Amino acid sequence: MSTKVDDPRVIEFDVRTDEMLINMGPQHPSTHGVLRLILRTDGEIVSEVEPHLGYLHRCAEKIGENLTPRQWVPYTDRMDYLAGMNMNLGWALVVEKLLEHDLPEKARHLRVIISEMGRIASHLVGMGAYGLDLGTFSPFLYAFREREKILDLFEKACGARLTYSYLTPGGATGDLPPGWVDECRDFLAQFKPCIPEFHELLTNNQIFIGRTAGIGVMSAATAINYGCTGPVLRGSGVPYDLRFNGEERYTEMYEGYQFDVIVQDPETGKYPDPHLEEFGDDLDYPEIPKEAILGDCWHRFYVRMLEVVQAIRLVEQALDKYESASGDWGQPIKLTQKLPKGEAYLETEAPRGQMGFYLVSTGDSIPWRVRARSSCFCNLSVTSELCRGTLLADVPAIVGSLDVVMGEIDR
Amino acid sequence: MIGSLVSTGASTVTEFISQNIFGLDDPNWFMYLLCGVIAAVLVLHVIAVGALFFIWAERKIAGRIQDRLGPTRVGGKFGWLQTLADGVKLIAKEDFIPRDADAPLFKIAPYIAFAASFAAFLALPFADGAVAHHVNTAVFFVLAVLGLEVFGVILAGYASGSKWSLFGAMREAAQVVSYEVPLGMCVVIPVFVAGTMNLTTIGEMQAGWFNNWLVFHDPFTFIAAIVYFTCATASVNRAPFDLAEAESELVAGFHTEYSGLRWSFFFMAEYGSMFLVSALASILFFGGWHPPIPIDIWILEAFADPDLVAAGPLKDAVPSLVTFLVMLIGIATLVAKSVIGVVVMMWVRWTFPRLRIDQVMATCLKYCVPIAAVCFVGSMTWETLDLPSMNTINRYEIHEDWSEDLAVSTVGEDGVDPEWPEDENDDESSEVMDGEEAPIEEDSVAVQNGLSLQEGE
Repeated sequence: MSTKVDDPRVIEFDVRTDEMLINMGPQHPSTHGVLRLILRTDGEIVSEVEPHLGYLHRCAEKIGENLTPRQWVPYTDRMDYLAGMNMNLGWALVVEKLLEHDLPEKARHLRVIISEMGRIASHLVGMGAYGLDLGTFSPFLYAFREREKILDLFEKACGARLTYSYLTPGGATGDLPPGWVDECRDFLAQFKPCIPEFHELLTNNQIFIGRTAGIGVMSAATAINYGCTGPVLRGSGVPYDLRFNGEERYTEMYEGYQFDVIVQDPETGKYPDPHLEEFGDDLDYPEIPKEAILGDCWHRFYVRMLEVVQAIRLVEQALDKYESASGDWGQPIKLTQKLPKGEAYLETEAPRGQMGFYLVSTGDSIPWRVRARSSCFCNLSVTSELCRGTLLADVPAIVGSLDVVMGEIDR
Repeated sequence: MIGSLVSTGASTVTEFISQNIFGLDDPNWFMYLLCGVIAAVLVLHVIAVGALFFIWAERKIAGRIQDRLGPTRVGGKFGWLQTLADGVKLIAKEDFIPRDADAPLFKIAPYIAFAASFAAFLALPFADGAVAHHVNTAVFFVLAVLGLEVFGVILAGYASGSKWSLFGAMREAAQVVSYEVPLGMCVVIPVFVAGTMNLTTIGEMQAGWFNNWLVFHDPFTFIAAIVYFTCATASVNRAPFDLAEAESELVAGFHTEYSGLRWSFFFMAEYGSMFLVSALASILFFGGWHPPIPIDIWILEAFADPDLVAAGPLKDAVPSLVTFLVMLIGIATLVAKSVIGVVVMMWVRWTFPRLRIDQVMATCLKYCVPIAAVCFVGSMTWETLDLPSMNTINRYEIHEDWSEDLAVSTVGEDGVDPEWPEDENDDESSEVMDGEEAPIEEDSVAVQNGLSLQEGE
């Protein structure tokens, strides 16, 4: 894609008009950190968008080739900093895969609790920040209010609120403290009624629907061609969730759990039953508006909102299972554990899509090569495709609906 | 009965000061200028203190809406000095002008916006008699001057030398110009129903119980009031129509490059305009300075001198102190009504997402303009056919009175140009301002209290 101004100038009403190149970012308020978009605009109409990356590059992969796997765990926190627990989990699983290390049952349920709570926290930020992108501030703070409570729980579990380093190869750094399970149940009980409020404030809001429905429509084919994953892919109607479709080492973590892949049924045009009876009778999910087209910003947002409900279901089941499970929380591997010669690759379903880690070892305790496959990188790559011919105000709406975190893209 | 309450409001704050503070019924040019300056300073403080209050209120309301506390530290319990602290910070900031900016225009733009917003307050009556300058066509004046505010924004956007600012300015231009059309249409409805462009008269015509408010005149004025509020929100650039400063799209829109005091002038202008359009809505539709329950009339009736009641308007039959009290009640009522309007705007801002530019235009051209046009026609039909109305004031009678007044004044006073009928009652003030000798009239009660100068029958 070229960004040079080389078009022949157009004469309109005796005035020479020209397309304008605008830098959106890296200090722009709605580019989710340090994304830089170069827009080519004709008035309000955007004809071309080119994302530029690299403003948050911290050489995480190279650092990983100089540290032992456990030492590198804190660096995974800083990839998708809004879902640090899920990043920890991906790395822990791939190291365990190479070591062929199996977890005690209790550790498995603990990981489900923690990673699904991480998913709730991450989707809450995604929802709130999307509201910000569309110009409303309050949902952001409502979302952060709930997220704070999750962070409080995480803080009690591991001592940190953002960069947890809690789930490590071998299990976790410690067991959940006494009383944590009940506090988590209390949180879920008070959090459930908040979800319809978010729906009322955003999903069902006429202005919100006007801003998102039918905007940035991505067909299933486009989504697959660009390698989109996670809610972005499922928002286009592709039923693909690694918790079902992934590798056995990952899916066995969710064995015995009841939950749905959130994707629109192509025949009925409906999303799976959100099992609202568990939430009480007076709650109802918003209808899909007439304006919405499968694969647009509204659907991507809706998928995220419904995934929060599924995550709550998972956490509730996991809390019961955790309490009755045998074994311990999973002792971490030694800091300088020797890795067997070979390589391992595993993808997990992080909140923003498939987060894959690749590990090559020559038999040393320090890996020879570490590689992270970022979901947001692929999700972002579709931006220029979606934004072509839209209005300027749609660009934040589309980029926001992809819910990118620059820390994960640049690593 | 209520018809006789209506005074066509002739006195201004300037005259009030000269008469009640300096005790001059006919001040010379110097004293008049002095009183005018005092009046101007008073009005300036309304906007300045108002902006101070509203910025604090906005933060506090936003905080409460968002489950936060808002400011709590500065100035005691409720953080009510927060704006002052913000102001000190802004004053202490560097006066920064970007290299690419057009410096003179860049400097002058915030003052144009602020001056336009402030100047519109000149003709805005806060109560009968509490108006800085008495303008017969006050509605027209306020709208015209308020429309000038957009110049400041466009200049700011153009002179900033930033593409984002230019975007903001162009959006503002398109949006404000479009919304002036339905806004004007909605404003014209009460003007026609009341038969005058004089805001004081329009306000006085809604005396009594709240069913006399023009919003309850007929179903069309009711709808027009809602449309007016929507258009007013758009024309003062408040969310969900704040496209000119859409922070998620245009960084900060037209004031991206502004900082410090210059930036704060834009804010003062914005809050001033918000208050202004809300006050205008109160006067045009929601009874102006008359409380929903006619407390003011009850007070007047309680103190009225029975001998004078039959002779003229109720206000002329009470001691001037009571009139003054009623005026204060009126000011408080109008401010309260306007604050409610502003708070609703804030409430909307902190609840809704922002519209897109094409949706803003569609709202204006596809919904507001046709609805306003239908309301206009409907309301005129209603008034012309004299269909049943909740309003109990018979404005027809008042109109007829005016035509009689007009006839009298044309015959009675040679050389005096009887522009508009209600202006006949304004002859004293206008002639004082013109520096001419006022023709000596018969002693009327109006001169005694100096508030309501309408003559008797």
